[in-house]
Amino acid sequence: MCMRIENHVIFNCDHTGISVEIIVDGKTVAAFEGEPILASLLAAGIKINRYTVKRQEPRGLFCGIGQCTDCAMIVDGKANVRTCITPVKAGMIIKTQKGLAKEE
Amino acid sequence: MSFIQTGSLDYTELASLQTLPTEERFAKGPVAILECVQEIPCNPCEASCQFGAIQIGEPITNLPSLLSERCVGCGVCVSRCPGLAIVIVNKIYSKTTATVAFPYEYYPVPETGDIREAVNRKGEVLCRGRIIKVSNPASYDHTPVVTIEIPKKFADEVRSIKRILV
Amino acid sequence: MLQKDILVIGAGPAGLAASIEAGKSGAKVLLVDLNMQPGGQLFKQIHKFFGSSAHHSGMRGFQIGTQLLEEAREAHVEIWMQSTVIGIFPGKKIGIEREAADGSKELLTIQARKIILATGASENAIRFQGWTAPGVMGAGAAQTMINVNHVLPGKKVVMLGSGNVGLIVSYQLMQAGCDVAALIEAAPKIGGYAVHAAKIRRAGVPIYIKHTITKALLDTDGCLRGCIIAQVDEHFHPVPGTEKEIACDTITLAAGLRPVTDLAKLAGCRLTYNGAFGGWLPLHNKKMETSETGIFTAGDSTGVEEANTALEEGKLAGISAAEELGLLSCEIANTQREEIWARLHSLRLGPFGERRMLEKEHILAEYASKIGISVLSE
Repeated sequence: MCMRIENHVIFNCDHTGISVEIIVDGKTVAAFEGEPILASLLAAGIKINRYTVKRQEPRGLFCGIGQCTDCAMIVDGKANVRTCITPVKAGMIIKTQKGLAKEE
Repeated sequence: MSFIQTGSLDYTELASLQTLPTEERFAKGPVAILECVQEIPCNPCEASCQFGAIQIGEPITNLPSLLSERCVGCGVCVSRCPGLAIVIVNKIYSKTTATVAFPYEYYPVPETGDIREAVNRKGEVLCRGRIIKVSNPASYDHTPVVTIEIPKKFADEVRSIKRILV
Repeated sequence: MLQKDILVIGAGPAGLAASIEAGKSGAKVLLVDLNMQPGGQLFKQIHKFFGSSAHHSGMRGFQIGTQLLEEAREAHVEIWMQSTVIGIFPGKKIGIEREAADGSKELLTIQARKIILATGASENAIRFQGWTAPGVMGAGAAQTMINVNHVLPGKKVVMLGSGNVGLIVSYQLMQAGCDVAALIEAAPKIGGYAVHAAKIRRAGVPIYIKHTITKALLDTDGCLRGCIIAQVDEHFHPVPGTEKEIACDTITLAAGLRPVTDLAKLAGCRLTYNGAFGGWLPLHNKKMETSETGIFTAGDSTGVEEANTALEEGKLAGISAAEELGLLSCEIANTQREEIWARLHSLRLGPFGERRMLEKEHILAEYASKIGISVLSE
């Protein structure tokens, strides 16, 4: 279910970025180049970004401004990437991070 | 309980905090109701009225006063109030109906002719009404002003319409 | 090492306003921010601002943001986004981790003659069982998603907190297409403006004062599916037997903000604790200078208020930094500062502002007694 806002009284919802695809845990997800990775994930209904080290509990969007690290995921092989402040690029490979995840 | 606890004014509370138009004035046609009851530094309503019907002066925390004899009920102030606290009420629209013009910033904005559920300050549905006008010019900066026709007895209570979730 | 006249840290309203004033005076200004785009809180604000016409009243926050960016460009301010300040060293050397377009990061050191800290504030967390689950987030995070990225974080929201952030974001969530099932407030009254509360009540949102969230209810995947709220007593303890369940997939926390002071601490600035302003903040004088000469501060990082006060304080800092560099005469700087303080005074009038007005006086007095440098007219 697409969670993108298509209509709004105050602002224009037209997308200015190019329509691209990213791979999230092996599945293709539609995104717009330049938007935060986290926005593309939420648009696709994906709310879990990582699991904690000790108790493997899920974490997702919390602060949205790069301060809390709850949104950290593995992006193009690099772990601990804060997806709320990292822009999407076509073909990015994103994986749900389990614990501290070694770089792949 | 006051609006400080509930978030909504009741008519008696509003009348005690603001000088509302008299019934005599209501009998002359559409007039603005300034439902602004707290001292906040804010004065765009004063500048918005080309007829000089709204007064704040200095300091700008003063509550706005309506000079109801100058008010023609044009509704520009409705779109300018950042708090969306102004409506225009016309108690003499017809023998049995009144109109309320209110700000409405939700999608979808209604269209003239639509029948909608009219709500009071608490969001309770009081009646159904017919949308008779929707104003959304560029000068309103995306604050459409919607006018609904309702039974006269609800003129002091109807302040918006129920949203439709798309 | 790169040399700059003034390094401004934080590109929100305070930082932008400071950069513009300093840039107009002829200073070489570098403005840095760790986010992807400048504007701080402004671009998330889609409602019309209060205040007077001198304070952009009636303009929507994002319109003010666009205007400021244009003014910054005209003042030849250099702006680096995705740049995190990681250290402030003696002698005003600053370490910056800058992210390039290809995602690679480089570490730079800048030598600045003056520094302006405009790092804003961050949201307080309220802890209840299950608060860490996906679906529980800061109200600001939800606001960023809907107003900047045009994406819904969820569909059915419970808002915690009735200050202006809680009230305004509830309204904006509904404008975006969400359903706000309830607004929960622990205090015995609504904290924000009556007109903001009135909007959400007209939309049928129930406001529960003297209540708190005691537990988040989770689905099998660990994500939020509802919450339990309960009445609280005068000590804010939940009252047993008053529990009520509300279905929701999102809880937004709007329980106050506190100034971000990490860099002020790193730079050795003396802090003071002020509850009215959200917590610890750097002591400063009427020129917005901290206890460290040549390091200024402005905006929410000096005490949580609003965009208009941030803009004015930013101007004070920019003017004062430019004056210290000799780019602005004492007379002109003093005149401009007096005008700004008059506007700040008018912004802090009324029942909502008077406590902040008083507390700002306390901070200035504390600076004067502890740091010993005197006021404006010297």
